[in-house]
Amino acid sequence: MTGTAPGLRQRITQIMRDDQGRLLSALIRTLGSFDLAEDALQDAMERALVHWARSGLPDQPDAWLLQVARRSAIDKIRRKKRFRDKTGDIIRLIEEDQEDRSADPPEIPDERLRLIFTCCHPALDEKSRVALTLRVIGGLTTQEIARAFLDADTTMGQRLSRAKSKIQAAAIPFKIPERADWDERLNSVLSVIYLIFNEGWTAGPGDAPIRTGLCVEALWLARLLTKLAPDDPEIEGLLAMMLLAHARHKARFDPSGAFVPLDKQDRTTWDQGMIIEGLSILDRAVARRLPGPFQIQAAIGALHTQAETPEHTDWPQILLLYNRLAALMPSPVVYLNRAVALAETGNLSQARRALGDLAGPLAAYQPYHAAVAELARRDNDLTTARTAYDKAISQSKSDSEKRWLSDMRAKI
Amino acid sequence: MQYLALIYSEDGVGPQPEDPEFADYMAGYFKASKTYEEAGIMRGGNALQDTSTATCVRIRGGKTETMDGPFAETKERLGGYYVLDCTDLDQAIKMAELIPTAQHGTIELRPVMIIPGDT
Repeated sequence: MTGTAPGLRQRITQIMRDDQGRLLSALIRTLGSFDLAEDALQDAMERALVHWARSGLPDQPDAWLLQVARRSAIDKIRRKKRFRDKTGDIIRLIEEDQEDRSADPPEIPDERLRLIFTCCHPALDEKSRVALTLRVIGGLTTQEIARAFLDADTTMGQRLSRAKSKIQAAAIPFKIPERADWDERLNSVLSVIYLIFNEGWTAGPGDAPIRTGLCVEALWLARLLTKLAPDDPEIEGLLAMMLLAHARHKARFDPSGAFVPLDKQDRTTWDQGMIIEGLSILDRAVARRLPGPFQIQAAIGALHTQAETPEHTDWPQILLLYNRLAALMPSPVVYLNRAVALAETGNLSQARRALGDLAGPLAAYQPYHAAVAELARRDNDLTTARTAYDKAISQSKSDSEKRWLSDMRAKI
Repeated sequence: MQYLALIYSEDGVGPQPEDPEFADYMAGYFKASKTYEEAGIMRGGNALQDTSTATCVRIRGGKTETMDGPFAETKERLGGYYVLDCTDLDQAIKMAELIPTAQHGTIELRPVMIIPGDT
C-alpha cells in the first residue's frame, strides 16, 4: 500500500467502513461462502488502492468494488475447480456481472440483516460474536477492536479467524431466522450490541477516545437494525435505551476526568436532541404493545432523563418498572438495581436485606459493593460502609471511578 | 453437510430402564429416528454399550498398548450418536433438539470433514 496518496487511502478506508457490511453480505449471498467473499473483497480493496491512485475515484466506488470482488471470486473458484465442480457458481457470477453492466445505477442488495444473524449466532462464543460484528458489520479493523477490548492484536486476530472458520466449517447459516426462532436469535443480536455499548460505557476518560467510540458504534448498529428489521419494539427499545444513556455521557466525568454520579451531574450538559430522539423511539416501541426487557430499561432511562433535578426523579415508577423487569429477566444485576430503587422510595432496611441476598452471586461485581456501601452509609452502619467501599475500590477497573469511590469512603 | 451428533449424559441421570418413564424416553428415540428417516437426512446412528465395556488402543514405539476404559474419564459419557445430513447448523440444532437425552444430557454437534477430491 506504499506510494498511495494519504488522502486517497483515507477515502478508501472510509468507503470500506461505510460499505463493507453491505458489499460483503451481497457477496456471501452469491458465493455462499463467508471466507471466499472476504478474500475477494480484500483483493478488490487492494486493487482499488492501486487503480484509484492512477485513475481517480470511480463514480460508484461501491459498485466498482463489488464487480472487482466478483471477478476475483471467479478466478479463485476457477483455480479450485479441479477439486470440486463449481461451474454453476461461475455461471451465476458472470451473469450477475453482466447484469450490473447493463443496469444503471447498479443496485447492491442489502443483505446485512442475514450477516448480522450469522455474526451473532449462538453457536459462536460471546466475545467472538462481539468482535465479528464490529469487524464485519461495523468495518472496524482488527487492531481497533483489539485496542477497544484491551486485547493483543494477534489474540484478537486469532479469535476472528477461529470464528470465521467455524462459520464455514460448521455451516452456520447466512439467513434470517424463522419466526419461531426470531425472538431468541434477535436477543442474541441485541445482547451483542448492548455488550459493545456497555464496554464503551464502563470505560474511564483515560481511554475515552477509543472506547467511547464503542458506544457510537453500538448506536450505529442499533440504528442499522431498526432500518433492516423495522417495527420490532425490542430493537427500538435497545436503541432508545442507549440514546437516553449516551445523552448523558459528557456529564459523567468532570473536566479533571473524575467520575460524576447521576445525582451530581450537570443536567444542562445532557444532549437534549438525543434525549428527544430516544423518547420518541421509545414511544413508538411502546405503542406496539409487546413489552420486553430493553423497552423497560429504556423507560427507566427516560424517567431519569426527564427529571429536572435528582429530587424530581420518579422513583416509585422506576421501582415498578424494575419489578416488571425482574419478572422478565430475573438476573442478580436487575435485583441490585431494584434494591437501589427500593432505598430511594424510602424502604432502606428492606433494600439492605435485598442486597444481603445478592452477596453470593454479585461478590465480584463492583457496583454491588458500591451500592452496599452507600446504603450502609445512609443507615449509619459505617463499618459495613467502609468495608464495602474497600471491596468496590479493589474491584474497580477505572482510575476515575476508583478516585470517586475513595472520596466517598473518605467522607464517611 | 453431515453432522455427527454425539449424545452425552451423566451416569444415573435421566430415565433408567427400571423407571416407568423409560418407555416414553425410548419412544422419543424411535420418534427422532423416524423423523430423520422421513426427512431423508439419516446417515446412521447407534446406541453404545456402557463405558465400562470400552477399550482404548494405541501404538507406542511400535508396540500396541491396550487399556481398559474410555479415552477420557469424565462425568458425562458418550452413549450414542447419529450422523445427520443437514442443510446448515440451524437445521442440525433443530434435529438435535429431538434427541430425548438433550433433556438432561448434552448433544455435541460436529461437522464431518469434507476431504477435497472425495466427492
